[in-house]
Amino acid sequence: MSNLQESGPLLSVRDVAKFYGARVGCRDVSFDLWPGEVMGIVGESGSGKTTLLNCLAGQLTPDHGEVLFDTRTDGLKDTVRMSEPERRMLRRTDWAFVHQHAHEGLRMNVSAGGNVGERLMAVGARNYGQIREEALDWLGRVEISGERIDDRPSAFSGGMRQRLQIARNLVTGPRLVFMDEPTGGLDVSVQARLLDLLRGLVREMGLSAIIVTHDLAVVRLLADRLMVMKGGEVVEAGLTDQVLDDPQHGYTQLLVSSVLQV
Amino acid sequence: MDGQDQAYNFAYLDEQTKRMIRRAILKGLAVPGYQVPFASREMPMPYGWGTGGVQVSAAVMVPEDRFKVIDQGADDTTNAVSIRKFFEKTAGVAVTERTGEATVIQTRHRIPEEELGEGQVLVYQVPIPEPLRFLEPSEVETRKMHALEEYGLMHVKLYEDIARHGAISTAYAYPVKVEGRYVMDPSPIPKFDNPKMEMAAVQLFGAGREQRIYALPPYTKVVSLDFEDHPFDPSKADHPCDLCGAEDSYLDEVIVDDAGGRMFVCSDTDYCGTRQANGHRGALAAEDAA
Amino acid sequence: MIRIENLSKTFTLHNQGGAVIPVMTGAELAVAKGECIALTGASGAGKSTLMRMIYGNYLAASGHIWVGEVDVAAANPREILELRRHTLGYVSQFLRVVPRVPTLEVVAEPLLSVGVAKEAALERARDLLGRLNIPETLWSLSPTTFSGGEQQRVNIARGFAHDYPALLLDEPTASLDATNREVVLALIEEAKARGAAIIGIFHDEAARDRVCDRVIDVTGYAPPRAA
Repeated sequence: MSNLQESGPLLSVRDVAKFYGARVGCRDVSFDLWPGEVMGIVGESGSGKTTLLNCLAGQLTPDHGEVLFDTRTDGLKDTVRMSEPERRMLRRTDWAFVHQHAHEGLRMNVSAGGNVGERLMAVGARNYGQIREEALDWLGRVEISGERIDDRPSAFSGGMRQRLQIARNLVTGPRLVFMDEPTGGLDVSVQARLLDLLRGLVREMGLSAIIVTHDLAVVRLLADRLMVMKGGEVVEAGLTDQVLDDPQHGYTQLLVSSVLQV
Repeated sequence: MDGQDQAYNFAYLDEQTKRMIRRAILKGLAVPGYQVPFASREMPMPYGWGTGGVQVSAAVMVPEDRFKVIDQGADDTTNAVSIRKFFEKTAGVAVTERTGEATVIQTRHRIPEEELGEGQVLVYQVPIPEPLRFLEPSEVETRKMHALEEYGLMHVKLYEDIARHGAISTAYAYPVKVEGRYVMDPSPIPKFDNPKMEMAAVQLFGAGREQRIYALPPYTKVVSLDFEDHPFDPSKADHPCDLCGAEDSYLDEVIVDDAGGRMFVCSDTDYCGTRQANGHRGALAAEDAA
Repeated sequence: MIRIENLSKTFTLHNQGGAVIPVMTGAELAVAKGECIALTGASGAGKSTLMRMIYGNYLAASGHIWVGEVDVAAANPREILELRRHTLGYVSQFLRVVPRVPTLEVVAEPLLSVGVAKEAALERARDLLGRLNIPETLWSLSPTTFSGGEQQRVNIARGFAHDYPALLLDEPTASLDATNREVVLALIEEAKARGAAIIGIFHDEAARDRVCDRVIDVTGYAPPRAA
């Protein structure tokens, strides 16, 4: 309870909107994300959740609103209006982005070690031995055998690729991780392993994360808070278990009651 | 302009084109290592035969110049001979095989052994000017990376070398950083030549197919990229030249028979010839007829 | 420690013509430190609903739920998360965990999340699992494969790992044998002794009589029937 007042939000989203012509991508989105918090964004395909994520992560430029990030040097700063070099710097240091399809987030023609080492080299690491040691350590943390360090991800299974993508993203100790359907397209057992891994890393490293998914089981296990999106707007937000167990909005009630119970 | 074929403008290109190329060269000299786009012209030779270098040479050439062309260090290969003849015919300039006497030297894949001086211009033929290209296919992205000095990817390539081969195996087109700013592809010269790029002569790089020109003014700082624990090593074959005995020159390995016999000879024919004329002899040199 | 004022709850079923179902109205309740109260009432009277509202799992329609300094009925998610981490524990009837996580870590997690050192947290977890007679051979396995009774005991161990100042217990002794029931009752008594305020649902009347200081029948909070 002690540090509640002391530190401010890590990410403060104010009235963000993105339009595709006359069509709404997302609009009227505002929220604060605090250090160490994991927020889930759920909704069906076309609900605007991926558009929103891309606006927050600097991959799309919102048409309206502010995305304030607590930068290490200048405190809260609008990432929409900051210079591109600054934003790209954030992207390879304090931010990480885990894509649904690992091949979008990996260099498929570069070895596993090179993939993990890239972000280190991007921030100035110039000692081969140390880069390799760090890469080995991270492969271990995402449960990839060190023997595979010189193999290319094209020789990896889907689950391994996704874990490699996570290692590549987390090696520089980011503070905010954006994840777009991180478990999509994986077998259920592989999903479980990945979720367990992510949860451990989030807690160990004190990461904040924003996870976009359509899988309610994933957010129940990973997310502290939940936003439900429909037609580009947030229809309901709150504690994850509260939103799932006592949904207030008709759409959320429909979403929750549509899930097959196992 | 005695020998010039009057059907052509001096040095083949029209004057407007030369002005356009000279502007690109001046910009390149002002921002060392930066790839300046230019409107590459069709030349009467195929891409890959030095169209970029030829356009740069044509743009800087004046009637008083003495022109030398080398291909892999040799003056007498097809590529070198045809480009030399091209300028003899279209510009009527004097030509030479002597490095020290040339004012403009066009080269493919080598820097001459003899140290170049002020007043000389070295023109490189460049196939792929973008050092980041092999890892990042997008031109939009590589331009941004240059603009923002995001060069981590260059080291990923060197990392991959070491991981795969135990050492940085890139032996030619070894990337360099220019004046602490731009990372540059030195064209496919052997890495042995990299240290020579800090020189007194002007160095111009022309990529015809890729439509890029870049440049190094005299005495520009050129550093080969490496890792702290795998430092840059400008190695060459550990052997003296079998013809002239030189121990400090870059060597070609030449197969001399079908029984596995081979010899090492200087790739720089002028350097080797000059040394032999001065009485130096290597292990397999033919005895003087005299 | 826990004080409930004029609390009401309705469910709105948007997908059934927007039917509004009032389930509770005018609930009042106070639990002091070191006190344990039992909620009673017929099945469906709203015992679990009230517990879930106190935990922030269900939204209140109106009223206040004070747990320490925080009004759960008005708090933002972050404050509730903080409250759950440090102040308010909940032993539900269902164990919900990430697959593959070893039992020992499941039990130690509440301690780790309040910053207890890893070794100390694991030590406490071992102690609790031992007291609740979970065979040591199972500690390194995920509880998802355990029997119902074993899962319930893991759940209890997890709920008692951190010394929460306030505790909610939903049928803590259900499906336990006599030995383990005794252990759980002892844990509750220890919690009371250190000053925890406890609200519980006990169908086991003997257990209720032994640990609870008061009994509150939630039937009294039922809304008047629509005529």
